Amino acid sequence: MVKNKNPEFSLAGAFDEAAPRLPGADLAWLDALRAQGIEAFRANGLPNRKVEAWRYTNLGALEKQGFAPLAEPAPLDTLPDGRALDIEGACRIVFVNGRLRADLSDLDQLPEGVMAQSLAEALGGKDGELEDLIAPASRERDGALASLNDAFMEDGLVLRVAAGVDVESPVHLISVGVPVEGEAVAFHPRNLVVAARDSRATLVESHIGAGDGSYFSNSVTDILVEKGATLTHAKLQDEGPKAFHVALGRVRIGDEAVYDNFVLHRGGELARNEIHARIEGSDAECRLNGAYLGADRQHMDNTTVIEHKAPGSRSREVFKGALDGRARGVFQGRIVVHRDAQQSDGHQLNKTLLLSRNAEMDTKPELAIYADDVKCSHGATIGELDDMALFYMRTRGIDEATARDILVAAFLNEAVEELRDKNLADAFRARIEGWVAARHESEAEKAA
Amino acid sequence: MALLEIRNLHANVDDKPILKGLDLTIDRGEVHALMGPNGSGKSTLAYVIAGREGYDVTDGQVLFDGKDILEMAADERARAGLFLAFQYPVEIPGVTNTTFLKTALNSVRKGRGEGELDAMQFLKYVREKAKPLGIGDEMLKRAVNVGFSGGEKKRNEVLQMAVLEPVMAVLDETDSGLDIDALKIVAEGVNALRNPENATLIITHYQRLLDYIVPDHVHVLTDGRIVKSGGKELALELEAKGYAEFTSAEAA
Repeated sequence: MVKNKNPEFSLAGAFDEAAPRLPGADLAWLDALRAQGIEAFRANGLPNRKVEAWRYTNLGALEKQGFAPLAEPAPLDTLPDGRALDIEGACRIVFVNGRLRADLSDLDQLPEGVMAQSLAEALGGKDGELEDLIAPASRERDGALASLNDAFMEDGLVLRVAAGVDVESPVHLISVGVPVEGEAVAFHPRNLVVAARDSRATLVESHIGAGDGSYFSNSVTDILVEKGATLTHAKLQDEGPKAFHVALGRVRIGDEAVYDNFVLHRGGELARNEIHARIEGSDAECRLNGAYLGADRQHMDNTTVIEHKAPGSRSREVFKGALDGRARGVFQGRIVVHRDAQQSDGHQLNKTLLLSRNAEMDTKPELAIYADDVKCSHGATIGELDDMALFYMRTRGIDEATARDILVAAFLNEAVEELRDKNLADAFRARIEGWVAARHESEAEKAA
Repeated sequence: MALLEIRNLHANVDDKPILKGLDLTIDRGEVHALMGPNGSGKSTLAYVIAGREGYDVTDGQVLFDGKDILEMAADERARAGLFLAFQYPVEIPGVTNTTFLKTALNSVRKGRGEGELDAMQFLKYVREKAKPLGIGDEMLKRAVNVGFSGGEKKRNEVLQMAVLEPVMAVLDETDSGLDIDALKIVAEGVNALRNPENATLIITHYQRLLDYIVPDHVHVLTDGRIVKSGGKELALELEAKGYAEFTSAEAA
């Protein structure tokens, strides 16, 4: 029986029934992992706000709604128009409700030196390395939703970049959530990314919705950036308006390696992007940047933990957001500098523009420093548009709405500029400008 | 008809009366200088003309080309041909000078019933205007006024004025913080824009700028009212004697 406070919440209860149908059911290590996952989840249920890491993000609506453990394959003939990022020359790998859709993907156009496979397929293929990639990371016990992912992981992207290769074209993972009438769709993608020694590659993700109904995407992505490798990893979260999106990224960064992450939140009813980055090698670099655009009653959470475990490494975080309507934003940024991580350099900045009186932002920087020779700075601001700048622009003939749009886009652009790849920056900038323009139009409609 | 006619203007800032019955008439083709001590209401007048919120007009009229502009928003006034060069130009991080100028120009052109310029046409136009002011492409690419020196900010104000071609320009302490070379560039820029159809109101503390932009009329503002008007020689007189004559009269 489900040992959950809310009997409506069926995820845990359905495990026994679903387990035999999950891929890799014949793998003992995976069976054990799934069993531990469901046990951990059953013990506590979904995190509530008494759990410090979830203090500002309430999953009550998710719990109330309930979700079926496994989605049936959803019909989808073509990708929704104009929703995914437009990245020139990218190789697209499309997942629909968490399952690979080879027919919508460009798997035959993978760049040289890149191996991509669906997790379901990989588990069937007795890939010996998978256990090493999945099991140790899962033992970290990163909370109830990661445990739920352990239990129900079904498919995902397994991406390997071979040592020494410099991959020009990005790999573009497109996840489409398709709501199904009368069904509480949920999927738990598990992605594995390995950038082998001295490689250089770019992974882009677009999480989009096809339709306005509800669904729940609960992904875990384990990433290994080996010595001397550079992985650029940029993500657009533009799920459907009633979607729940919870994503956990666990990243290990080796000597002289660079992990450069960017996330833009735009869609979803509730979205949380959580990254745990561990800098395990010296002279490495970790960049976690992002922007969030909230309106109506959207809830957007960026939670990051960066651990400096080796000397001479650098981390940088710039998160900027604009919140309108009754939107709520959360930023939790924890930086831990371990005792041996001397000469670490950490910088963190979170700035939010509140565009309405009813919008709300909770920001929580947290530094824990155990080494004595480190440079760490952090800053957080929450404010409104600058009246003087607005007036200045208006004295040059620019109408108020346009002036506001320009200022909002410029404010967010500071985060986008952290992207070193110009094509990527342009693609995200276009999405931000689109949001700003759409907001402006909806305001004009309300006024009319 | 006068280009700008201010009648019995009273204005409050934070409920405190600053302008107390100001009258001023400016005709096309003229340059007027408004001088006065600190706190006399010079900048308040500039902001009231430009339409800044929080500056409450309690009495009087401001007619621009015969139309009462007090009910118009700041951007409408700008599109009608008014321009204010700011004493402290505002920094706008993340917005390049080029984007800013292009958006402003096309808004103003639209107001004048002219078509928008495309990127190429605009660039050619703005380079032409920027060159005499010593503003190169590098400065056009930078964010508006961010990290600009005092002189660069003031030149940038004159560039905006040159690009927008206002009918009535108000220059609020455009000379403050400028060395003599920068002052000359700014003055030449302003002079180059003078024509029989437009007019300029120069607000200043010091006579210095008026050596380079020679006014047709000089007015002394103290305690929210114009207390004396005259020709360009009045500026020299003020430079020699200071404002004591006017302020002491008030005290008595």
